[in-house]
Amino acid sequence: MNRLSALIIASLASISSFADWEVNMPRGVSPTANAAYDLHMLIFYITVVIGVIVFGVMFYSIFHHRKSKGAKPASFHESTTVEVIWTVIPFVILVGMAVPATKTLIMMEDTRDSEITLKVTGYQWMWKYDYVEDNVSFFSKLDNKSNEARQLGSKIDVKKVDNYLLNVDNEVVLPTDTKVRILLTASDVIHAWWVPEITGKKDAIPGYINELWVDIKKPGVYRGQCTELCGKDHGFMPIVVRAVPKQEYVKWVSLNQKNRVADKSE
Amino acid sequence: MSTNIDHIKEEHHHQPSGLMRWITTTNHKDIGSLYLWFSLLMFFIGGFMALIIRAELFQPGLQLVVPGFFNQMTTMHALIMIFGALMPAFVGLANWQLPMMIGAPDMALPRLNNWSFWILPFAFTMLLSTLFFESGGPAAGWTLYPPLSLQGGNSMPFVIFSLHLLGASSILGAINVIATILNMRAPGMTLMKMPIFVWTWLITAFLLIAAMPVLAGAITMLLTDRFYGTSFFTAAGGGDPVLFQHIFWFFGHPEVYILILPAFGIISTIIPAFSRKKLFGYDSMVYATASIALLSFIVWAHHMFTVGMPLAGEIFFMFTTMLIAVPTGVKVFNWVATMWRGSMTFETPMLFSLAFIILFTIGGFSGLMLAITPADFQYHDTYFVVAHFHYVLVPGAIFAVIAAVYYWLPKWTGKMYNETLGKVHFWMTTVFVNITFFPMHFVGLAGMPRRIPDYAVQFTDFNMIASIGAFGFGLSQLLFVYILFQTLRQPVTAADKSWEGAEGLEWTLPSPAPYHSFDTPPKVD
Repeated sequence: MNRLSALIIASLASISSFADWEVNMPRGVSPTANAAYDLHMLIFYITVVIGVIVFGVMFYSIFHHRKSKGAKPASFHESTTVEVIWTVIPFVILVGMAVPATKTLIMMEDTRDSEITLKVTGYQWMWKYDYVEDNVSFFSKLDNKSNEARQLGSKIDVKKVDNYLLNVDNEVVLPTDTKVRILLTASDVIHAWWVPEITGKKDAIPGYINELWVDIKKPGVYRGQCTELCGKDHGFMPIVVRAVPKQEYVKWVSLNQKNRVADKSE
Repeated sequence: MSTNIDHIKEEHHHQPSGLMRWITTTNHKDIGSLYLWFSLLMFFIGGFMALIIRAELFQPGLQLVVPGFFNQMTTMHALIMIFGALMPAFVGLANWQLPMMIGAPDMALPRLNNWSFWILPFAFTMLLSTLFFESGGPAAGWTLYPPLSLQGGNSMPFVIFSLHLLGASSILGAINVIATILNMRAPGMTLMKMPIFVWTWLITAFLLIAAMPVLAGAITMLLTDRFYGTSFFTAAGGGDPVLFQHIFWFFGHPEVYILILPAFGIISTIIPAFSRKKLFGYDSMVYATASIALLSFIVWAHHMFTVGMPLAGEIFFMFTTMLIAVPTGVKVFNWVATMWRGSMTFETPMLFSLAFIILFTIGGFSGLMLAITPADFQYHDTYFVVAHFHYVLVPGAIFAVIAAVYYWLPKWTGKMYNETLGKVHFWMTTVFVNITFFPMHFVGLAGMPRRIPDYAVQFTDFNMIASIGAFGFGLSQLLFVYILFQTLRQPVTAADKSWEGAEGLEWTLPSPAPYHSFDTPPKVD
């Protein structure tokens, strides 16, 4: 079985070295996304093992117990012992999955002790970001190049557009190594905020405030999209998070606090 | 054989002929055929919509349709396939098979039966007509989540009315099924001696009666929110958008099992027939089906892990959802044990059933992955989910329907389909279904959300493959239609017991089965 999983990993790894043929969930850069990745792989391998055993028995039977090979049907058609065994074993496996899953879930839902709070509001079809403590606030929508290219009959080669559909006019900037609480709500219909590498998604619902937390460990640019159908331009409201070291974040805040104030006075 | 045909002709004399025969018929076989043909038509209409979706998604950028129309296609494709193709197909099979399998002359409530079918064409005409409205058809997804669905155009009341009609039709059908099974079994056929397909339909019928009125309630509240000033689901008026999701999925999850339990019954009938061996663990199959049905009412919120439920709620729904794997596993193990040391042959119905077991189980595996709440935060509303439910509904439910049609076609028509063409149909369908839906796992995991008309360029390759597979799958089904019509043109040659290993009362009847299945109830010991 180990050899088999090694084979699968090797083949998956060799495929995923071509970015366009990505077949798996990206490994995360925040504890919650990492934990989701680990659980995903754990359950995946368990199902692979079960699948190999069950389908193995089935194919053995298909090849050996066929009439054309002179197989005579046996007459057994029940066995309480066997049936109890294959009820109990899956149950035990499920308990084995449930324990790590529950631990991870409790960890993910614990938003206490966060250092900064980012409020995200979904609109048709853009996002508004409010840095609650730092008094920065702006809208973020699909960048103009993608927006021109995505129109029906635009004749623009979307492959030449930088980060087509995954680029915005105003990026969210977050500090690394900081527990950030993200509050989610919406002003019109339900949206969902998702950046796979830093966090799973959560819905932004009118009248509700949902919570998420992230703690990004690696500086970089992370991209995601709205993941709850929110009308005709649902596919065109991306999310871009730029994670920077804390000092840089402080600089960005001071710069943008001023800029935004200046914007308002215009 | 010829005496039998004369026999049928004799019984026809009091029937109106032509179109009026079909409109006024109260015969379970006529109505079964109407359901099945209707379902086939809807399968192609819904499939055509799927091909529009796949054509647009063939490459990034928008080439064919605007996003609003794309959303209408995804919404309508789901509604047509679920309510128009799959549910009527299973009701059609129930109509044909239940009376024959339990030794009854007909369904218990024939006039009701006529009504429950003839509601459908009107309901779907109304539903489809919304596509020609100036404001277009429904575009908020088949789940009709408010507030988005409340923004819809003029189509909304028409969609809701047609859903009400479909619900009424399903409930009438379910009442008929329950009344037939509970009252019209041949003497000696106790509940635990019923064919497994009859059991699965009995349980499905109870699910229908429990679930459809809940949908009716949810969509009626949507209607009053939109037109009568209520605010059940509008936050601004003190309502709760998430309430709709809870009600909808309280219907929606049992609905999923309404689509799969009769399929389980079909597979549990066909696997033993071609293994020439009794179904392994009949009792545990019945209990597993009943457990799945009961569990289906306490797992609904796994469709909405991302709405921000309390932790305790998330844990509860994760555990109950995982628990479904136990009875489902029992079913799969029992099928494999049925084949074990059997004497198998591989005619088309068996091939489709074997593919069902493998591919449905793959859908079950991804279902188990989706049950794990923390991982679901990543999977939710991506193509991984699309891959999952298409695996359980296409090579799951649809394969079972196709297998059932091939299996019982000689009994229904007295004519045998062309086995070679049937196998070609099987291989094309199975290869293309995997080319279509397997890559969706990959793009979903890599981060492609569902219900988007256009995507980032890194998802291009797998989307192209999926689109090619979809067109191949669609074209392969034309072969199915050809096989059906070719079979109907054959002379009557099928034996009463068309398959060597087939068991059940229907095979004691002549092929084609007489108009009124059992005039005198057979004795079952």
